[in-house]
Amino acid sequence: MIPELGHYALALALLVAAFQSLVPLIGAARGDGALMASAAPAAQSQFILVAASFAALTYAYVTSDFTVANVAANSHSAKPLLYKVSGVWGNHEGSLLLWVLILTLFGAAVATFGANLPPALKARVLAVQGMIGLGFLAFMLFTSNPFLRLDPAPPDGRGLNPLLQDPGLAFHPPFLYLGYVGFSMAFSFAVAALIEGRVDAAWARWVRPWTLAAWGFLTVGIALGSWWAYYELGWGGFWFWDPVENASFMPWLVGTALLHSAVVVEKRDALKSWTILLAILTFGLSLLGTFLVRSGVLTSVHTFATDPERGIFILLLLIVAIGGPLLLYAMRAPALKGGGFFKPISREGAMVLNNLLLTVAAATVFLGTLYPLFLDIVGGGKISVGAPYFNSTFVPLMIPLLIAVAAGPALAWKRGDLAGVLTRLKLAFAAAALAVLIALWRNDWRDAVAALGIGLGIWVIAGSLLEWTSRIQLFRVPVGDSLRRALGLPRSFYGMSIAHAALGIVVLGITASAAWQTEVIQVVRPGTSIQVARYTLNLRDVREIRGPNYVAQQARIVVHEAGAASTAAPVTVLLPEKRRYPVEGNNTTEAAIYTTFFADLYVVLGDPDEKGGWVIRAYHNPLVPWIWGGAILMFFGGLVSLSDRRHRVGAPRRSVAGEPEIAAA
Amino acid sequence: MIRRVLLLLALLSVALAGGTAHAAVEPDEILADPMLEARARGITRQLRCLVCQNQSIDDSNAPLAKDLRRLVRERLKAGDSDEAALGYIVARYGDFVLLRPPVKSTTWLLWYGPAALLIAGAVFLLLRVRRRERAAAPAPLDEAEAKRVAALIAGEPRSPRREGAP
Amino acid sequence: MRLRYLIPGIVFALLGAGLVYALMTIQSGKKNPATVPSALIGKPVPEFVLPAPAGFPQGLSTADIKGRVAIVNVFASWCPPCHVEHPLLLDLAKDKSVLLVGLNWKDKDEKLAAWFKEAGNPFSHIGADRDGRVAIEWGVYGAPETYIIDRAGKIVYRLAGPLTEQLLRDEIRPLLARLKQ
Repeated sequence: MIPELGHYALALALLVAAFQSLVPLIGAARGDGALMASAAPAAQSQFILVAASFAALTYAYVTSDFTVANVAANSHSAKPLLYKVSGVWGNHEGSLLLWVLILTLFGAAVATFGANLPPALKARVLAVQGMIGLGFLAFMLFTSNPFLRLDPAPPDGRGLNPLLQDPGLAFHPPFLYLGYVGFSMAFSFAVAALIEGRVDAAWARWVRPWTLAAWGFLTVGIALGSWWAYYELGWGGFWFWDPVENASFMPWLVGTALLHSAVVVEKRDALKSWTILLAILTFGLSLLGTFLVRSGVLTSVHTFATDPERGIFILLLLIVAIGGPLLLYAMRAPALKGGGFFKPISREGAMVLNNLLLTVAAATVFLGTLYPLFLDIVGGGKISVGAPYFNSTFVPLMIPLLIAVAAGPALAWKRGDLAGVLTRLKLAFAAAALAVLIALWRNDWRDAVAALGIGLGIWVIAGSLLEWTSRIQLFRVPVGDSLRRALGLPRSFYGMSIAHAALGIVVLGITASAAWQTEVIQVVRPGTSIQVARYTLNLRDVREIRGPNYVAQQARIVVHEAGAASTAAPVTVLLPEKRRYPVEGNNTTEAAIYTTFFADLYVVLGDPDEKGGWVIRAYHNPLVPWIWGGAILMFFGGLVSLSDRRHRVGAPRRSVAGEPEIAAA
Repeated sequence: MIRRVLLLLALLSVALAGGTAHAAVEPDEILADPMLEARARGITRQLRCLVCQNQSIDDSNAPLAKDLRRLVRERLKAGDSDEAALGYIVARYGDFVLLRPPVKSTTWLLWYGPAALLIAGAVFLLLRVRRRERAAAPAPLDEAEAKRVAALIAGEPRSPRREGAP
Repeated sequence: MRLRYLIPGIVFALLGAGLVYALMTIQSGKKNPATVPSALIGKPVPEFVLPAPAGFPQGLSTADIKGRVAIVNVFASWCPPCHVEHPLLLDLAKDKSVLLVGLNWKDKDEKLAAWFKEAGNPFSHIGADRDGRVAIEWGVYGAPETYIIDRAGKIVYRLAGPLTEQLLRDEIRPLLARLKQ
C-alpha cells in the first residue's frame, strides 16, 4: 500500500510541477499578482509530495519489502539499518528520487524564505525550478520508476555491493546532490533574469547565498567521495580522474568561478553576462554529469546499470534545459550592460582572470573525459585518457590561479596597484621561497615540482594571513585598534580568507602525499616487525572474525615509534582485514589507518604465503589528512560567509561597515 | 623554450603519477635492483589495467595486471629502455593501454586544446579591454576646439564673435 | 544579436549533436565502449610453440596455423562464458576446411580434461599456455576470445567475448566464406 501511495504522490508532484512551470510565468508576463503568488504554494506542495514519496521508498527499504522490485534488487534483510537507508539512493531510481527531493527542497526554500524577493522575479525563478522538476519527474515516472512491484516477491533481496556499505559513502550522494542540484537555484535565477531582461545588485545579492551553499555542499560531497575511495578501496589513491569523478569536478570548477563572478555583479554592477553564462554552464555540467553516469556512453566504477531509453531521455532533457537558456542568453545578454568600468589590473580584473583559468580548467577536464568517446565514434581508434594527461594539462593551469588567489583580494576595485600589492605580499613570497628551499633541502635537492607545490600552498596561506593583518593594520596601530578593526571586519571577508587559506592547505596535502609517500611491501611472519618511516610495525597474529554480514581474516599489528622499547606503550594497534561477504559473494580489503595531524600510517593485509607469512603493504602518507581537513575548512569558510547578515537581507542595501574600497597600505 | 616547457610538463605528470595510489605489487615481483624496480613501477603506472575500471596495472590486483607487471620487469631485465618496454606492450594491446594518450595527429586537439583555449580566451579578453578603452577615451580635439580651449584657459571672452566686455 | 553571445549556444549545439550521435552509435551496437580493439589486426600470427595439455594429442604452434584459414579460440575451464559458447564451437568444428584450434589460457590440465570428456573437444590442436605468456603475445585480455586468420597467416578478426548465433551468422561465417576463396 505504502509504495503505491509513494507512486501516487510522485504522479501528483508531476502535475503540480506542470502547474508551477506555467502559471507563475503567465502571471509574471501579465503582471497578475494572484497568478504570480501561486508559485510559492505550488513549490511547497511539490516538495511535500516528493518528500512523502521518498519516505515511502525509505519505508519499503527499512521494512525490507521485497515486493518492491527496487528493494529486491538492491537490499537484503541482513543489511545493517544504516545501509538499508543509504541503499535507497545507492541505485539509479532511488538516487533520482533523492535528486528531485533536493530540487524541490530548494524550490520550497525560496518559496518560504523569499519574502523579500520582487514578486515577478520570484514567480519566474520558481517557474524555472518547476520546469526542471517536471523534466525529472517525467523521466522517473516513464523510465525509472522506483515503485514497480515484483510478483511473486523473492524471499530475500540481492543485497548491496559491500563496497557501498560504508558510512562515508552513505553520505557522499546526499552532499553531492545538495551541491549539483543546489546550483539549479543559480540557474533558475539566471534564466529568470534573462526573461526579465534585468540583472542588478539585488539579483546578485539573492543569488550569492544559494550559490555559496550549493558550492559548499559540492565541496564536501567531492571530499567525502575522495576520502572514501582513499580508505575503502584499499589502493589508497584519492583521485583517479575517473569520468564520473570528473563529472562532479567540472561543476565545482565552474561553480567556483560563478561564486566569484556574482560578487562582482553585486559590488560593482559588472560582469553580468559572464555571471549569467556561468550559472547556466554550472548547472548544465551537473546535468551532463547525470547523463554520463546513467547513459552507458562511458564505463566507470560509478556508472549505474543502463537502459537505452533512459540515455535518450536525459540527453533530450539536457539539450532542452541548456539549449533553451543559451538561446535566450544569445538574445538577451547583449542588453545586460554593466555599469562598472574597471581597468585590467584591479580586483574585477583578477576575477576575470579567475573566471578564465577556472573555465579553461573545466574545459580541459571535459576534453580529457569525452575525447576518447568522440574519437572512437568517428573511427579514430580507441585511446584512453588517464591521470598522466590531466597532470600535464590541468595542474599547470592551477599555478597561475594559485598565484592570483593571494594577490587578487589585495587589489582595489576598479583600479588596482599591482606593484603595491606585490610589495605588501613580499612577506608571503619570502615564506613561500623559504618553504621551497626547505622542501628541496630535505629531499636532497630533487623533486623540484613538489617543492614548487609546497611553495604555492604556503604562498596562498601566507597571502590570506597578510591580507587580514593589513586590514587590521597589525603592528601599525595600537593592538586595541587592531582588535576593534578585526571585530568590525565583515564575516564574508573572514569566510573568504578561511576558504582561500584552506585551498592552500589542500594544495600542501596533495603535493606532500603525492611526492613523499613511503611504501613498504613485504611478506611478514607473525611475531616479526617491519620499519615504515618513523614507526616499527610488529605483526602479532592473524585471526578469523565474524561481522554482521561477513567473515574476515584480521591482522593485529602493534605500532611503536622506531627506536622505542617494545615494552613501551604502543602508538596504536592496527587491525587490517580481508573480508568475504557470503550473500554477494564479494571480497573486500579493509585498510587500517592511523591518522595523526601530519600524516597517515596506512596498512593493508595481503595474501598469505604457504609458509604462514602474510603480505603486508604499509604506507606513510605525509600531510594526506590536510586534503580533507582543508576541504572541510573550505566548507566552513563558506558557512562563515553565509552567516554574514547582509546575505539574509533580501533587498539591496549599502553596507555600512563594509570592506574598504582601497585596502590601506 | 618549448622543450623546457614540455620537459616540465612531463616531469609534472611523472611526479604526480604516483598520487597516493598504493601498489598491488607482490613481494615476489619486486626486482632486486632498486633502480630497475623504480623504472618498472614508473612504467606500470602508465599502463591501464584492461579488466579493471580506471586503474593502472601497478594498482590492480587482477591476474592480467600481475602478468603484465612481470612482463615489464622481464623486459627491463633483458635490457629494454623504458620506451621499448612500453612499446612492447602497446604493440600487442594498442594505444588504449596507455594512460597517457600518445601525441599523434588524432590527439592534437586533446593535447593542444587546453593551451589553445587559454590563449584564445586571453586574446579575446585583451581585445575587449582594448575596445572598451578606445571607446571610453574621448576623441581628440580639432583645431577650432583646441583654440577655444586655449582661449578659455587664458580667460578671454567665451565666444570669439563677442567683442568688448570680458 | 551580437555574434559572440551566440558562441556558447553554438558550442553546446555541436556538443549535443555529438552526444546524440554517440548514443545512437552505441545503441545500434556498432561501437561498444567496453571492448578493446585488437592491435594485431592485419599483422602476422605471433611466433610461439605450446605443448598439448596432458591427455590431448596435439600441441599448438605457429607452423600449425600458417597456410590455412584458421580460427584460434582462447578459452579456459574456469571461464563461464567459454562453457556457454562451447556448443557453437562444436558446430564450427564440423567445417573441415577451416582449422579450429584452442589456446588454453592459464588452466589446469585435469580440469580441462574433465570438462572436454563431458562436453566434447571441438579443437584439432590445443596449446596449453599455463603462465599466460603466449596469450600476451596475442594481446589477449580476457576469455573467451576468438581470432580468425587468413591463408597468408595474418590476423583479420578478433572477437573479445563469447560467440553468439547472431555473430556467427552476421559476421563470422560470411568472413570465413570470403577467406576460403
